Amino acid sequence: MVELIVVIVTILLAAGVFFMLSGAIGLLRLPDFYTRLHATGKCDTLGEVLIIFGLLLYHIFVYSPGAELSVQLVPVKLLFLICFIFLANPTATHAIMKAAYNTGLKPWKKGDPRM
Amino acid sequence: MMDIDTVFLAVGLLIVVTIFLALYRATVGPEVFNRVAAINVIGTKTIVLLVLIGYIFERPLFFDISLLYALLNFIGTLAFAKYLERGEIWSS
Amino acid sequence: MSDNSGKVFGIAVTFCAMFLFWLLLSGYIITPEGKLDVIHVGAGIICSAIVALISHDLLVTGKEEKILSKSFRFFIYLGWELWQIILANFDVTYRVLHPKMPIDPLIIEFETPLRSDFALVTLANSITLTPGTITINVDPAKGKFLVHAIAQAPADALTVDKTMQNKVAKVFMEEG
Repeated sequence: MVELIVVIVTILLAAGVFFMLSGAIGLLRLPDFYTRLHATGKCDTLGEVLIIFGLLLYHIFVYSPGAELSVQLVPVKLLFLICFIFLANPTATHAIMKAAYNTGLKPWKKGDPRM
Repeated sequence: MMDIDTVFLAVGLLIVVTIFLALYRATVGPEVFNRVAAINVIGTKTIVLLVLIGYIFERPLFFDISLLYALLNFIGTLAFAKYLERGEIWSS
Repeated sequence: MSDNSGKVFGIAVTFCAMFLFWLLLSGYIITPEGKLDVIHVGAGIICSAIVALISHDLLVTGKEEKILSKSFRFFIYLGWELWQIILANFDVTYRVLHPKMPIDPLIIEFETPLRSDFALVTLANSITLTPGTITINVDPAKGKFLVHAIAQAPADALTVDKTMQNKVAKVFMEEG
C-alpha cells in the first residue's frame, strides 16, 4: 500500500516539474510579454497544484499516521494552498496583463521582430 | 525501490533550476512588465519549494510560512500592477 | 428578514467560519493530558470575534439565493474545468517546445449576458486557465470581455462555439 502511494506521488511530482519546466522555457522562448504570460499563467498553476497534491497524498498515507494532532491537520493547510493558487494565480496574471494593456504596450503580431 | 527523500531533493533542485530560468527573464527584461511577471513566477515557485523543504527537513512549521508567502506574493503583485497602471497606489 | 437581524446573522456566520479556520490551522485543541487547551482556543475566540465584527459584510452580502443547488452545479463545472486545464497545459507545452512555435496572437472582444460578480470572476479565471486565451479586461456593467488569444482556433472556441459561456450561465442560471 505505502509503496503504491510512493509511486503515485513520484508520478505526480514528475508531471508537476515537467509542466513547470515547460512554463519556464516558454517564459524564455516566446516573443513578447503577452504570449509569455500564456506560458506562465497556465503551466505554473497546474504544475504547482500537481506537486502540492502529491505531497498531500504523501502526508495522509505515509507521513502523518501516529503523529500529533497539529501535524495531522497539515493536509487542510495544503488544501487551502491549492484553492488559493487556483484563485490567485489567474487573477495576478490578469492584473499584470490589464496594467500592461492600459499603459499601451503593443501586442506582438506574426512577422514582427522579437521584443 | 527508490527512496522518497531522493525524489523530494531532485524535485527541489529542478524547481531551483526553473527559478534561475525565470531569473534570467527578470534581470534581462526588456521593460518593467516582463520583470514583474517573472518575479511573480519566482514567488509562486517559492511557495512549492517551501512546502518541499518542510518535508525534506521534517519541519511542519514551513507549511505556515508557505501559506503566508502565497498571500504576500499575491498582494505584492496586485500592488505592483496597480502602481504601474495608475502611477499611485492609493486613489482617493 | 429585517436589516438588523440580517447583520447579526452575517456576524454569526463570519464568526463560525473564522473560528473553524483558526481551529483547523492551529491544531492546538486538546492538551497532551487530554483537557481542553483553554489558552489557544480562547485566543481563537477573541480573534475571530474581532474579525467578525469588523469585516462581516465582506463574507455575507445577503443577496444569495438557492446557494445549495448553485454550489452543487459549480462543483460539477469544476470537474470539467480541471480537464480543460490539463488540455491547456499540453497545448502550451506543444506550442512552446515546437521548433517553429505555431503562434499567431490576436485580441478579441465579446459580450455575455452574465452580471453577478461571482459569475464574472468564474468566467474570467476559466478563460485564463483554458487553452490559448487570457482575459485582459472585464467591464462588469456591460458584461464585455477583452481577451488575448494565442492563435485563431482558441479564439473561435470563445466567439463562435461559446461552450464555456453557456456552461457558466447554466451554473448560475443567468441565461439571457
